[in-house]
Amino acid sequence: MNLTDLLKNKSLWVKQETLKLHKRAPGTRIASSLSCIEILVVLYYGKILSCDPKNIQWDTRDRFIVSKAHGSVSLYPILADFGFFEKEELKKIGKEGSILGDIPDNSIPGFETINGSLGHGLGVACGVALALKRKNLNAKVFVLSGDGELYEGSVWEAIMFASHHKLDNLTLIIDNNKICMLDYCKNILNLEPLDDKFRSFGWMTKIVDGHNIEQLYYALADLKKDESNQPKVLIADTIKGKGVPRLENDSLCHIKALKEDEIDKIIMELT
Amino acid sequence: MRNVQSEVKVMRDALIERLFCKMQENKKIFLISADFGAPALDKLRENFKDRFINVGIAEQNLVNISAGLALEGFIVYAYAIAPFITMRAYEQIRVNLSLLSHTRKINVNLIGVGGGLSYDVAGPTHHCIEDISIMRVLPNLMVCSPSDWVLTEKFVDFSINVNKPKYIRLDGKPLPRIYHDPEEFNIENGFHELVQGKDVCLVSTGYMTHKALNVANKLRENNINIGVIDVFLLKPFNEDLIYNLLEKYEHIITLEEAFINKGGLDSMISCVLSNKASHIKLKRLGFGDKYVFDIGSRDYFHKLNNIDEEYIIKVIENASNNISRRAWNESKGTYKKRSSEAHAYRP
Repeated sequence: MNLTDLLKNKSLWVKQETLKLHKRAPGTRIASSLSCIEILVVLYYGKILSCDPKNIQWDTRDRFIVSKAHGSVSLYPILADFGFFEKEELKKIGKEGSILGDIPDNSIPGFETINGSLGHGLGVACGVALALKRKNLNAKVFVLSGDGELYEGSVWEAIMFASHHKLDNLTLIIDNNKICMLDYCKNILNLEPLDDKFRSFGWMTKIVDGHNIEQLYYALADLKKDESNQPKVLIADTIKGKGVPRLENDSLCHIKALKEDEIDKIIMELT
Repeated sequence: MRNVQSEVKVMRDALIERLFCKMQENKKIFLISADFGAPALDKLRENFKDRFINVGIAEQNLVNISAGLALEGFIVYAYAIAPFITMRAYEQIRVNLSLLSHTRKINVNLIGVGGGLSYDVAGPTHHCIEDISIMRVLPNLMVCSPSDWVLTEKFVDFSINVNKPKYIRLDGKPLPRIYHDPEEFNIENGFHELVQGKDVCLVSTGYMTHKALNVANKLRENNINIGVIDVFLLKPFNEDLIYNLLEKYEHIITLEEAFINKGGLDSMISCVLSNKASHIKLKRLGFGDKYVFDIGSRDYFHKLNNIDEEYIIKVIENASNNISRRAWNESKGTYKKRSSEAHAYRP
């Protein structure tokens, strides 16, 4: 099987598993977790991230900071598949004694930091990226953030810091699904043109279709190799609630949960 | 005789000088500033260009960058003005220090310069009378409040070795030394009995310990011996250890440049007394439920808020009068000594 097919198959499997998790734990943010699935699949199964589940704190691992924690429940099946924790845990989500809650935290093996509150990931990632440089480690730092999260002022403090300190070992991936909790971002405070904003702050900027496996893979592989002395941002244009027609294009999809019987039908129809 | 003048120092200078020495021998130490400096910092900035970073006027990022560096094993001092590092960045402290250190070891030391009313004339935005209460609330975070520059130096050594997040509250004014041989006690005990007294004891922190000592000295001239306990580690706190000291007194007066009845030093002592079902009387001195907008010196603010020396002496006088009256009643006239002492309390 070639890499593209493998990544496509894995994406489908992660989508199914994420929907099953949502069926067990209706408090999970399903729409937001569906928009970043291809990004997560390319990072892990495309081997963009160097990680070792048997040695989680391995010094030269790439650090992956999931700043949009609410919308990253789709990382649970991937981490279980890689062996960060037992697959049985997926069945216990949200139950007493489980390690998996509606919003991930770093007591779950594979999560580096704690991000239930938005706007923290990039700043901490800047500190980590600076530390790796001082330690002369070649490891990279990846951050996944939502676009709505960019409203937090602390994110822009970090954006300025990263380019001033030439943190070229840092890549921010924006899951640009264009919807916040209550509305489209363009109706709340327009963030566009986002790429121009980052460029003017001194960042190397790329835009891809965030559901296109090949575009994501080549962009991330290129950014990882790049030595231009700049921090990098990949703006991945995505659809919030991707794969579930009634969520896609619903400005309130962030807070919508799917019904149990509906989920089985959606899983059957996934391609 | 010691030359008192030459022993006056600003705590932040003592901290920076000590850090300068430590940074020479320990390559893991970083000092991160939110565009806040001191003349003493210039040499450090020059000598450790790769380990001194100015993040700009951005306290939220100051805490986040510090957390990131500490996650990778560095020992970080995050340096800013006390009200801004604690209150502007409170949620960063909660999430990336307090919560994160539940699972990861991180040595971040938040250095807040200008606790209490250090920046007296600067006005209410620069006064810092909330910090003790709000920082004490957070689990996993140590709260240190040294009363002089000698203890401040000791806290530098302590903080390098203790791999936890800490808030270190420094006064902003030049102050004389209180401690001469801090090696004689364990800093982790959290407090030190500076003056052994009888009946009444002042329990204070930071700048107010200087006031407590002034009051104790004045009263001693009239043969009145009150105790003074300096509390410099507000969290964690050894309840049994301090109660062993407190229980020999009949009246405790807490003294702090902070709001009272809101979780500060007063609440901490009140909890100890309550947990021990103690009958010791407690009087809390500090700031009431309002901000100070008046312009004036620190002493002027103290007068306005009833924490000046004169008022403290009055409170002690009342306390000892009550103690002797009660003792008189209990002993039905057989008690003499305390009664005569009570008269001497009147200055």
